[in-house]
Amino acid sequence: MTILTDPPRGQFRLSMLLSDTRYRSLTFQGIALLLLIFAIAYLASNLMTNLAQAGLSISYSFLASPSGYDINQTLIPYNSQSTNMRAALVGILNTLLVSGLACVTATIFGVTAGVLRLSKNWLVRKMMAFYVEIFRNIPVLIWIIIIFTIMTAVMPAPSAFRGDDPDSTMVLGGIAFTNRGVYVPGPLLANPIFSATVLNWVLVLLFLVGSWFGARAVRTWATAKQEATGLRPTTWYWILAIWIVPVGILLAIMGLHWQIPELKGFNFAGGIKIGGPLIALWFALSIYTGAFIAENVRAGIQAISKGQTEAASSLGLRPGRVMNLVVLPQALRVIIPPLISQYLNITKNSSLAIAVGYADVTATLGGITLNQTGRAIECVLLLMLFYLTISLSISAVMNIYNNSVKLKER
Amino acid sequence: MADTHAHSVAFVRKDVIPESPPPARQTGVPKWLRENLFSSWANTALTIAAAWAIYMVLSSFLPWILNGVWDASSLSQCREILAGKTGACFAVLTERWHQLLFGFTYPSELYWRPVLAFIIMLVAFAPVLFFDLPRQMLVVTVLFPFIAFYLIWGGPLLTPIIAFLGCVAGYLVFSHYGKANFATGFFGGIAAAFIVWSIGGLLVDLVRPEEPWMTPVPSRDLGGFMLNMMLGVTCVSLSVPLGIVLALGRQSDMPLIKAVCVIFIEFIRGVPLITLLFVASVMLAYFFPPESTVDLFLRVVIMITMFSSAYIAEVIRGGLAALPKGQYEAADSLGLDYPQAMRLIILPQALKISIPGIVNVAVGLFKDTTLVSVISMFDLIGMIRGPILASTEWSGVYWELFGFAALLFFVVCYGISQYSQWLERRLATDHR
Repeated sequence: MTILTDPPRGQFRLSMLLSDTRYRSLTFQGIALLLLIFAIAYLASNLMTNLAQAGLSISYSFLASPSGYDINQTLIPYNSQSTNMRAALVGILNTLLVSGLACVTATIFGVTAGVLRLSKNWLVRKMMAFYVEIFRNIPVLIWIIIIFTIMTAVMPAPSAFRGDDPDSTMVLGGIAFTNRGVYVPGPLLANPIFSATVLNWVLVLLFLVGSWFGARAVRTWATAKQEATGLRPTTWYWILAIWIVPVGILLAIMGLHWQIPELKGFNFAGGIKIGGPLIALWFALSIYTGAFIAENVRAGIQAISKGQTEAASSLGLRPGRVMNLVVLPQALRVIIPPLISQYLNITKNSSLAIAVGYADVTATLGGITLNQTGRAIECVLLLMLFYLTISLSISAVMNIYNNSVKLKER
Repeated sequence: MADTHAHSVAFVRKDVIPESPPPARQTGVPKWLRENLFSSWANTALTIAAAWAIYMVLSSFLPWILNGVWDASSLSQCREILAGKTGACFAVLTERWHQLLFGFTYPSELYWRPVLAFIIMLVAFAPVLFFDLPRQMLVVTVLFPFIAFYLIWGGPLLTPIIAFLGCVAGYLVFSHYGKANFATGFFGGIAAAFIVWSIGGLLVDLVRPEEPWMTPVPSRDLGGFMLNMMLGVTCVSLSVPLGIVLALGRQSDMPLIKAVCVIFIEFIRGVPLITLLFVASVMLAYFFPPESTVDLFLRVVIMITMFSSAYIAEVIRGGLAALPKGQYEAADSLGLDYPQAMRLIILPQALKISIPGIVNVAVGLFKDTTLVSVISMFDLIGMIRGPILASTEWSGVYWELFGFAALLFFVVCYGISQYSQWLERRLATDHR
């Protein structure tokens, strides 16, 4: 709007609320506010009347009372005497567990399929297109149920592993696929440094973080040397040693050994049990979301114009370095935002756990707790709050990333 | 150098060699094979691995499908017919065909009604999807919601007629007053529709016939793939206009309207659909007036529509943001007011950009309608996991049933995405 054509600001009259574009938005917002207040008041009064008729009130005290049900797969100590709050916490941890696992494997599937879809090999290209189309166009719920059915109906019972000439044998000498879940060897420490098991693994993690910093320092040193002399020293065996040696020594001191699951009575004992529902959910989410990620990766790589590759080649870079230094940094800018929203989708889709009986937060808080206490409104609100927190924090991370890689235009 | 060479040459060809076909390695199938499958050692290894994988899959699946039994009354009978061979038991599909499509409580003598509604739906969608068809077919599209409602639910004929008349009244008022002032026409149209509906509602109650022509079918009797189709079609068509409104609201200069839209969109996009379905099944009833009975189907439609409208709003917002600013300024400089600028200049272009995104949301939503089985509605998945697998005849027939469900969804979703790609090419007006 230019100043010249603006009419001189005269006295404000009431009719200007309708006729003058400067004030009309105020009118609209006033009407909208009134409608909003009216709608909220209407819904709230309905809620109050209905609750009063049903003899209910909004109260969160049920969270502190014993839950009274068992959960088959827990990451923290839990029994039926624990509170509903703890049941919800178990569910939250299970949700985070399956989402985290699925994010990692979905990325691996997706990147592999996306790169292979651009392969020069016709057969591989078509196979990957087939994979993407099949998995993108069939509901994830069907995939979850199909894989769950494979886990429960096709896998042998633990008793099939019994005897001198069993029907089934352990894969790789230590992994048993049964219809009650998959049993894998569990790591044990013979002479741990701390009495609490968790602290030992935290120590291992700290060593790994230290190795990461060490490896980075070596790389910085190599770059500095390259800048000074023009020759980059060979560093890969240094980096490999930094990654392996300290952790290896630590684990050797603590006496790491593997506990192989053994058949005892009717079931396996020892090792780590991964329940069928967890596997079904994990695998289905990864393979389904992998198909979407594959499309993102393909689009990202195709978005980099061929001139970039050619320019890099004409500068004398070898194909591997062209990929690492020129194509990937640019492609990642395109790939990562949709990738993160796929991670968000995995987290939200993990709520389908309820269909196969995996105890995630939807199944504990929104399922059994809700049905046992009848506190529908409270449970659903808490459930939504949890998912909202996760989504908003992932969005925040994405925004920070987007701003950091934004093309700086002047 | 030059002359020594000339003397040393024993033979010089004087005539042109006749053209000969390229070597066999450089043409046709061998060339294609070499370039696409065996160009290097790594590529050859990849080809062999892929061929092996395909062989493994086919060798286990093909006998299973080809030996399939199509005519039996139970799983044990299937096994007798197969006599130890591997083979599928597709008999469950033929025997439970109607249950898979219509659910197990929809009256079997009324199956022709949903089938007819489905056929009319195809006719109604055709002119919307393919622009070359005669425009007169749009009449069917306009009438379709009312006909479909009447066919599927039955009940007194007056109900859909009154609903239709209300819409006509609203449209007439809007087209009369909307030209001069959009807001007057819009709100006047809504008021007119409501007046017709409330008068008509009284009329329907007064002349309610004892025996309506069409037997009424309650919503809880709907089921099977029909339920998935109904939820998908209804919610997508309702959420597109809602999504446009939300997207415009999010772009608005008015802080209150913008805040409401942003909160709504971000809230809905932040929670999984399952929690919204929980809201529909256990919580939403508390927000309706005490004596009203809003059935589960309607509550689910409300929640799914809200869900998909938030996603569609984000897609359309992307389309609005992608338009060059010059388009907005050009519309302003022509002296168009906001509704005119939106209707005539901005939205047609923005919607065209958003079509692939909207189709993606629609496909995703259609797949997500299977989630209603979690809140114990008997859609296709609910039917399979509930009544069919729980029956004594067919317990244990997993692959045939889930394979069938997967195939149905694949055909529909793949079809829609192929259509969207065709439409994108068709609407492309940029330089080729």
